[in-house]
Amino acid sequence: MTAAVAARPAAGAGPTGTARTVLTVAALTLREASRRRVLLALAALTVLLLALSTWGFSRLAANTGNGALTTGETRLTASILLNLVMFGYSLIAALGTAFLAGPTLAGETESGIALAVLARPIRRSAFLLGKWLGLVAFGAGFVVLAGLAQCLVVRATVDYWPPQPAAALGLLAFQTTVLLTLAVLLSTAVSPMASGVVAVGLFGTTWVAGVVGGVGESLGNHSVARVGAVSRMLLPTDGLWRGAMHAFQDPSALVQFGGNGSEAFPFLSVAPLTAGYLVWAAVWVAMVGGLAAIAFARKDL
Amino acid sequence: MTSDVKAERVGSAQRELAGLVAGLPAAPAVWASGLRKRYGKRHAVEDVSLQVARGDVVGLLGPNGAGKTSVIKMLLGLVRPDAGEVMLLGRPATDPAARARVGYLPELFRYQPWLTASEVLGLHVRLSGLDVPVGARQDCLALVGLADRAADRVGGFSKGMQQRLGLAVALVAEPELVVLDEPTSALDPLGRVDVRDIVLALKARGVAVLLNSHLIGEVERVCDRVVILDRGRVAAAGTLSELLGQRELRLHLTGLAAPARARLAAVGRVEQAGDWYTVALPADDDEAAVPDLVSDLAALGVRVHAVEPARITLEERLLGILRAGSAAPGTAQPGVQR
Repeated sequence: MTAAVAARPAAGAGPTGTARTVLTVAALTLREASRRRVLLALAALTVLLLALSTWGFSRLAANTGNGALTTGETRLTASILLNLVMFGYSLIAALGTAFLAGPTLAGETESGIALAVLARPIRRSAFLLGKWLGLVAFGAGFVVLAGLAQCLVVRATVDYWPPQPAAALGLLAFQTTVLLTLAVLLSTAVSPMASGVVAVGLFGTTWVAGVVGGVGESLGNHSVARVGAVSRMLLPTDGLWRGAMHAFQDPSALVQFGGNGSEAFPFLSVAPLTAGYLVWAAVWVAMVGGLAAIAFARKDL
Repeated sequence: MTSDVKAERVGSAQRELAGLVAGLPAAPAVWASGLRKRYGKRHAVEDVSLQVARGDVVGLLGPNGAGKTSVIKMLLGLVRPDAGEVMLLGRPATDPAARARVGYLPELFRYQPWLTASEVLGLHVRLSGLDVPVGARQDCLALVGLADRAADRVGGFSKGMQQRLGLAVALVAEPELVVLDEPTSALDPLGRVDVRDIVLALKARGVAVLLNSHLIGEVERVCDRVVILDRGRVAAAGTLSELLGQRELRLHLTGLAAPARARLAAVGRVEQAGDWYTVALPADDDEAAVPDLVSDLAALGVRVHAVEPARITLEERLLGILRAGSAAPGTAQPGVQR
């Protein structure tokens, strides 16, 4: 009996066991999103937004055709509108993942679903990583697909194609990842509802702080400009969003809009992201994720 | 010495060692020592040590808030003890692999409502890291009476059906230890009998069971050993015969004088209700105590109308222990149950 037990593999603890746990939990999280009709709701919203923007962009194309707008003006308007619609998608992704992270983690520990699961031979960190991975796949998958569809709509209606579409969509996905990492950390500490509200609240606050900072820069007021810079370091969602906008917009649009003065405008971005900022955002995700893993491992269920 | 001979010697030494290890008795299913847990200022568990031997069925009894569920959660790594050590099936419980062969039905049983019953079992099999064939999973659902609901979503299940599903989850991954926390709280009388049969079947297969239940009769029927918790401490522990070893004798007597009363009191604790006297017999009774007592009483002029044996039930014993505990001065404040 003893020999037979000893001969069995140490289930769940080795590297293969951990990988299996992470993938199983990630697949479970995706299945939850689909079975709970989150996928369906998002798809319906996206189709609605795509249809509305198709109509809007086709009106813009009609104005260009009848000479009301110059080609340059059309490209500027298309850039601004594209950034605006993309902001809508990133907001949907932010709300969706933040409100999904709460129930799937805090909700499961509150209701007792996690008791039977975490009594299995699995590490809590592997369970948390699986949940995070599932949410990243869901949120990032959504913004990339919806964003790509939007770019195709713009190309078909006003013949505008962003200069760096892959980088732009990647940054949108990164932004979603940052926010849901925060939501995961919050859901290890507070109730499902509170974690969603706080995550989305912080997302909105950082965006507003970014706009305030932009106004400060355009006015040459350094202390106001610092508000945006500091908030972009504390929560990198707004910084990544500005990088995405820069990759979506036409380079000549800034010149048309008035160069650096356009920093005050929330749907245009003056500068591309630096490699240093991207590294910081990655370190931020690792730090907040690690903190969530520690908090979750110490939690009494 | 050639390398072949060396290798052969090393090989035979290893075989000898393996033989020695294989010959050792298996480590207990549960070994816990000095468990402590406090929530804020409240001591939920204070210095609890317990063991569940392989193949044993151990009942955990105690009033609400005695710390039973906290102890179970500490054994399974769901709650971090402030102090103490736990070994499960011979491995330290801090290693998740110790739970590879452990099945658990929580007191708060909830399963993913968006999954079907068979998907829930599939999930637990994958997480356990074992390869349990689909047929065996179906058998497991059939054992708890859910064979025809395998493809239904858990969200539509009644509480009793969810508890049955929880039992299947606890049993599906070929466990060597099953921890059942209030397994019949949502079940009808038929379901309770099913659970009793399942526990007895596990015992017959050599699977250790730790059973926390308020239903003392249930515990008395299936458990080999009982651990009674009160205010976070072990108030009593032992086999059923050790705990219930104290037998009683009921006597209907008239014409008792002082010497006869003294003779009765010499046997053990005496309770009187009218002409009926209940005497606690010593645990080491050598079968001579009763005839000796009766003949002595008759010799002292007592008229003996009836002599009946009476056995203390586990319930009476439990109540006696708990009342004695609450009467003791300077007792700790009640713990909280998590």
